[in-house]
Amino acid sequence: MSQSGLTAEHGVPWPSNGISEIPFRVYTDQDQYHREQERLFQGPTWHYLCLEVELAKPGDFVSTTIGETAVIVVRDAEGAINAFVNRCIHRGNLLCLERQGNVKEFSCIYHGWVYNLTGQLTGVAFEHGVHRQGGMPPEFRKDEHTLRPLRTASMGGLIFGTFSDATPDLETWLGVDVTRGLKRVMNRTPHVLGRNTQILPNNWKLYFENVKDTYHASILHLFLTTFRINRLTMPGGIYINQDGGNHYSYAKLDYEAEDAEYKDAGLRSESEFRLQDNSVIESVDEYGDGVSVQILTIFPGMVLQQVRNTIAVRVIRPRGVDKTELEWIHLGFDTDDEEMTERRLRQGNLIGPAGYIAMEDGCIGGFVQRALQYNDSGAGIVMMGGHEAESQTFRASEAAIRGFWKHYRALMGD
Amino acid sequence: MSIAEGIRELIGEYAERIDEDRLEEWPDLFGDPCRYLVISRSNHEAGMRQGVMYAATRGMLLDRVFSIRRANLFEPHRYRHVIGPIRVKSTEGETAVVHSHFIVARIMHDGVTSLFATGRYLDRIDISSSTYRFRERIVVLDSDKIDTLLAIPL
Repeated sequence: MSQSGLTAEHGVPWPSNGISEIPFRVYTDQDQYHREQERLFQGPTWHYLCLEVELAKPGDFVSTTIGETAVIVVRDAEGAINAFVNRCIHRGNLLCLERQGNVKEFSCIYHGWVYNLTGQLTGVAFEHGVHRQGGMPPEFRKDEHTLRPLRTASMGGLIFGTFSDATPDLETWLGVDVTRGLKRVMNRTPHVLGRNTQILPNNWKLYFENVKDTYHASILHLFLTTFRINRLTMPGGIYINQDGGNHYSYAKLDYEAEDAEYKDAGLRSESEFRLQDNSVIESVDEYGDGVSVQILTIFPGMVLQQVRNTIAVRVIRPRGVDKTELEWIHLGFDTDDEEMTERRLRQGNLIGPAGYIAMEDGCIGGFVQRALQYNDSGAGIVMMGGHEAESQTFRASEAAIRGFWKHYRALMGD
Repeated sequence: MSIAEGIRELIGEYAERIDEDRLEEWPDLFGDPCRYLVISRSNHEAGMRQGVMYAATRGMLLDRVFSIRRANLFEPHRYRHVIGPIRVKSTEGETAVVHSHFIVARIMHDGVTSLFATGRYLDRIDISSSTYRFRERIVVLDSDKIDTLLAIPL
């Protein structure tokens, strides 16, 4: 079996043409996994690469992966941002081993082949041999060789890359609503407050679906209910782009009412279960629109979240059919003062690998994966709120999950 | 009891209260306010402050325990801490600066045992009274990867 996925003529069969019954084998099938790497991760999709501020100066680079594939993104001498596959054209060695840094050029440690910051091959060690013996044949021309390039685009200080020439421009691809949602959150210059990576014992899709699942939040995550944090949520909604794979859901909060509620809480019966220290949820309406939660996903592997005053990019990186790396990149903005930073850090307890309203998502996918072990016939049911993947004005719905499968089926060709 | 013995006692007590599932008594080992931060080495060395778990008051530590007990859902498990050499770096008046190493194994309810975390404790310990307390405990994790989730404090 090759890693290319080309050996499998068809993917896992579906019970119908619909998107509300999901065959369980999509989470367990090795061939399906290979096809996904090729058709989704290397297909006509945009992927988060890094923050623009991480590439402030010429020569600044970040090495990362799109799906399983190693890539480098770098700012060149002219200020342009370039991305290419992190693989020397000579013998396929990893060209760049560091995660981040600044270089004048990329030089392969194996045989000293050198590339400039646009990915052009500029040097071959012993190109003309030693004492005129050996060397590359005369027809080999360095200027005909470059690292495999990616297209790049940026929006809201986030840099994206795509392998495919067929991918529409980023804004078109995101759709009007999701573009608006992204620009709303990323409306200032971000900086990284810290990163954490969680190893999830499950197929990558189980996590991505979980993020799009507006149905589970108040059922699986009991923190807010247990501590009687009256969410006082006003109706939110879900926006789904036309292809289905990108979405954002949001909910508003009456911040003033919540404040009043806490001041009252001190007068209540002491037997009532309450937070000892409210600072973990004390939030300010930093966008001035009352939206306290906005979860945005970009197909197939990126999440941008605002949960109260926590802002984070989450990147989903498949590491085999039943293993996924989830990186949390916690952000602050250039306008933050110390008080705001401290607020973000305290609320940081809500999210991430130890997050009060997130930690369950770290294990729930693993429970599904275990249940599917040699038990993956049949299909799951994703029918809350209907069979389609339309935007909705309520959140007790699985529409955004269906949107994922709509885009998935279109790109997988099954 | 010497200062060194008092510090060793506090650090040993900390591990015991967690490993023996006496989590309700864990916040008592901190002053109030305090600083408890679990953070990866790469974040810490880069001067970044975002960790995985953070508490600035004893109330926040208590909330962490209540939340684990009553709200959060995960598979039951315990830890076993092994603490390496405890080194008192300095004692400045009422505060001792203490570094130690740790290895934590995670034992799942079905018996599966794995190496869960390694790292260093960077402590500032209040030695002004006979009962020593952590003013600050920074748990610096060698790895920035966490398997599945972090529920119980390290």
